[in-house]
Amino acid sequence: MNEDQLLICREQHLWLSPNRTIFWEEEKTMILSDTHFGKTGHFRKNGIAVPQNIYKEDLQRFFSITQFYKAQRVLVVGDFFHSYANEELDWFLKWKRDFTQLQITLIRGNHDVLPAAWYEAAAIEIVPETMILGPFQFQHDFEETHKKNKDNKELQPKKSHSPYIFSGHIHPGITIKGLSKQSLRFPCFYFGKNHCILPAFSKFSGLATIKPKKADQVFAIVNDNLIQTQ
Amino acid sequence: MQRKPMQASKGFQIVTDWLQQQQLNPFPFQEQAWKAILAGESGLVNAPTGCGKTYSVFLGALMQFINAHPADWAKQKNNGLQLLWITPLRALAKDIGRAMEEVIKSLGMQWKVAIRNGDTSNADRARQKKQMPEILIITPESLQLLLTQKNYPAIFSTLKLLAVDEWHELLGSKRGVQTELAVSRLVNCSESLQVWGISATIGNLEEAREVLLSPLKKTGITIQAAINKPLEIHTIIPDEIDSYPWAGHLGIKLAHTLIPIIENSNTTLIFINTRGMSETWYQTLLTLAPSLAGAIALHHGSIEQELRLWVEEALHTQKLKAVVCTASLDLGVDFRPVDTVIQVGSPKGIARFLQRAGRSGHRPGEISKIYFLPTHSLELVEAAALKTAVTEKAIESKDPLVLCFDVLLQYLCTLACGEGFDPKRIYTEIQSTYCFSDMQEEEWQEILKQITSGGQALQVYDEFRKVEIENGIYKINSRKIAMRHRMHIGTIVSDAMLKVKFLSGGYIGVIEEYFISKLEPGDVFTLAGKNLELIMIKDMNVLVKKSTAKKSLIPSWLGGRMSLTANLGEVLRRTFSKALQPNSGIEMDSLQHLFSIQKSLSHIPQPNELLIEQIESKDGYHLLVYPFEGRQVHEALSAILAFRISQIQPMSFSISMNDYGFELLSDTPIPVDDANVYELFSDKNLLTDIQQSVNNTEMAKRKFRDIAVIGGLIFQGMPGEKTKARHLQSSASLLFKVFEEYDPGNLLLKQAYNEVLTQQMDEVRLRLALQRIAKSKIVLTYPSKLTPLSFPIVVDGLNRNNLSSERLEDRVKKMQQQLS
Repeated sequence: MNEDQLLICREQHLWLSPNRTIFWEEEKTMILSDTHFGKTGHFRKNGIAVPQNIYKEDLQRFFSITQFYKAQRVLVVGDFFHSYANEELDWFLKWKRDFTQLQITLIRGNHDVLPAAWYEAAAIEIVPETMILGPFQFQHDFEETHKKNKDNKELQPKKSHSPYIFSGHIHPGITIKGLSKQSLRFPCFYFGKNHCILPAFSKFSGLATIKPKKADQVFAIVNDNLIQTQ
Repeated sequence: MQRKPMQASKGFQIVTDWLQQQQLNPFPFQEQAWKAILAGESGLVNAPTGCGKTYSVFLGALMQFINAHPADWAKQKNNGLQLLWITPLRALAKDIGRAMEEVIKSLGMQWKVAIRNGDTSNADRARQKKQMPEILIITPESLQLLLTQKNYPAIFSTLKLLAVDEWHELLGSKRGVQTELAVSRLVNCSESLQVWGISATIGNLEEAREVLLSPLKKTGITIQAAINKPLEIHTIIPDEIDSYPWAGHLGIKLAHTLIPIIENSNTTLIFINTRGMSETWYQTLLTLAPSLAGAIALHHGSIEQELRLWVEEALHTQKLKAVVCTASLDLGVDFRPVDTVIQVGSPKGIARFLQRAGRSGHRPGEISKIYFLPTHSLELVEAAALKTAVTEKAIESKDPLVLCFDVLLQYLCTLACGEGFDPKRIYTEIQSTYCFSDMQEEEWQEILKQITSGGQALQVYDEFRKVEIENGIYKINSRKIAMRHRMHIGTIVSDAMLKVKFLSGGYIGVIEEYFISKLEPGDVFTLAGKNLELIMIKDMNVLVKKSTAKKSLIPSWLGGRMSLTANLGEVLRRTFSKALQPNSGIEMDSLQHLFSIQKSLSHIPQPNELLIEQIESKDGYHLLVYPFEGRQVHEALSAILAFRISQIQPMSFSISMNDYGFELLSDTPIPVDDANVYELFSDKNLLTDIQQSVNNTEMAKRKFRDIAVIGGLIFQGMPGEKTKARHLQSSASLLFKVFEEYDPGNLLLKQAYNEVLTQQMDEVRLRLALQRIAKSKIVLTYPSKLTPLSFPIVVDGLNRNNLSSERLEDRVKKMQQQLS
């Protein structure tokens, strides 16, 4: 995990990891999105035999990286859990018991459909739509909120002081093209002028290809390395 | 049944007397078939369409019944299922059913005929459940669905005869495997069941019969109709031939030549290889001959069914002058008015060409007439080759599939939905099929593990649930899972299809998600011959309105990219070597100019030579190889060659191919010369090299798409369960990645690689090709620019594959540098 890349955004130190997380140094906060915990369980419960190991490894990665950064807080920008409760989630709870100090905040995503009592029992703080912390704002789906606010002038962020937005939801992927018609696609971190889209933490997730503008920064996750593509 | 001599049998007498009254004379093959059926035999009838092949089996079933009930055969009602008629095409069912009903009525029998397929209403299904008709006409998928019913063994207990129509169409496909499995079940549900296949001519008729009858453990007999219909082949020769052939373009330029052919014919079928091109052709013909409006129609698999049925009906009643169609009209009942067929572009195989030609001139004494219209100039060589092939009768074989575990998984879940199954009994039945005769005990155990515990040992935090074991019987108890499985039965997999509808209502057809995802609202595209403006995509529906725009995009349907068959490839190589020889036929003569350019820039390959061209262009370094083995073998061969070259030095390739040859394109010079070229084409270490080529993975990924759907890993959702179903969605490429990394031993994953080896790579054919090359002289040329042979491959390279021996990280960095 020495392959982290430092990115300074709004004077904050952000460490981007090929493990698909960002560590925000000033706040000792780990930011990630779209973990989709319990997805393999949901599939298996419905008779679709996907290997459960992928979830086990996602869980392991989640807890070991929190430990590595000694994060005090984990901020999940939506789709923490894939669907309704299943026994795979108990696996998560069992692990979490060993991290009593860890504070987890979830910005609710479209997949987060568990009952409030469940999150309460798991000691997960729920933020229904958006949260502002320092110079940053967190919300699950950038596009949707963006569209909603378009029609409502008051809600539109004022240009100069508006917070930088972190979102997830789409599972961004970047296509890299080369000579002789070669092309490859990787999950990526996207940093635009006013907002960032996080890669899906879960390895059991597809990709939506993004088309970045020239001034944007994109970090592709290539095996265990981060490669800035622009 | 008593074995009396046939002539004396009452059934035979009654039915043949009836035929005589109708002034019908039985063909000798029909009489042979009846004799065999009455003798209790099973077998295969080989006869072309329109020659009474239906009667050969169906009348046999009636005779049998009359013999069994000599006194009251005309009065016997509700006898339970007697004859099960499997047909691959829904469209065929109605006409066959109608024909059967007429005979039964005319004979004064009480038998009922019913159809069961995706279009059958629930009321009809319920009626059939209460009282099965004597004859049921069914598709392989609907038969599987019937096996999910609780009482199915009772339904089939009365069955005497199982007929599989168009067996040549099913053989070699997963629907064929589905049929094999169903046969293995049905022969164990009824006593002394007879099985009869009906097939058009294929290269391996004997094998076709063995596959079908395998569960009966009988060899059976083959009955061949000796009917030889005369065939006339015309090639449309362009007035002017481009020096640089470009696929697709020449064809449209020649469209005007079709107008007189259409006008001078009664009714013409125009076969186009892809749905996308058929739209273009339909538009072009209308523009060229506006007078044809209303007399010309379009028919392909993505057009709304009602419209298709209307076209078929209009063909019967001679209301249409011409129909532009795809393989959608390859099969089916005969359209008597059709007297001319036009094949646009390569038919890719001799059997398909003959089948299409045979759709014209049906009435006895008539001639089948087919015109071949080349879509690029090199296809003229193919036209010449086809003529030779037809005289040589080099008809392709249909190789049966083996060990299709995806279909087996589906079948076992099907049985588990209904009665449940006892694994010991079912294992013996499954092993009796041709497809699974070589299945190993461990593979069977793995299959059972897949459906009961999701492929892993029982452990905490796992709630896998599908098939449960109760008193040794494997069953699906969850109604939800059973319902989902029923909705999922079928082995034909297509890309995610979206329905296209007018905003104002009205369904037009379906379109591939891949195509529509590239469009923006306001863009105009063509479907079913209409120009449509995209308004929005909502809930799997594409909403459109009519557009008057002149320019529109033609949708691409990913399917339908067929490869040249080995048989045609062989004839093609021989034909090609005749280039620039005098008197090699009108097609070859017309290509003189193009061959001269090829000769002056490079070389014309002879049958004992392999031509390799190395050309440098702004795209990079091209290595072109021309084995003339068909796209499929080229795909494998190119991957292996790329892999072997990349062993010499780390390199990345982009690969493209057509039926004549393939291209390796790289950003650095490709190290192939006289010194190493024979080594590079050697058949040593072929298997290991196949397995190591990255391409193998890419191909397996493509194969996995179908396998994942058939094997029940991909679920597309069902009505009324929207949100929950969305949580079960995943793509085949994602699942492939997941299995590769987390469960590499997975049976379905292994099957994908196996299918690549046996079907895609066609290892046997590949090895033969390499052995042929080893004995050939390899000619290396270095043309200064693209040659006529290379042009279509370089410009039209479909299905570009990639192969690289460089580290992924290095590749990305290099690509970035190249672009900056």
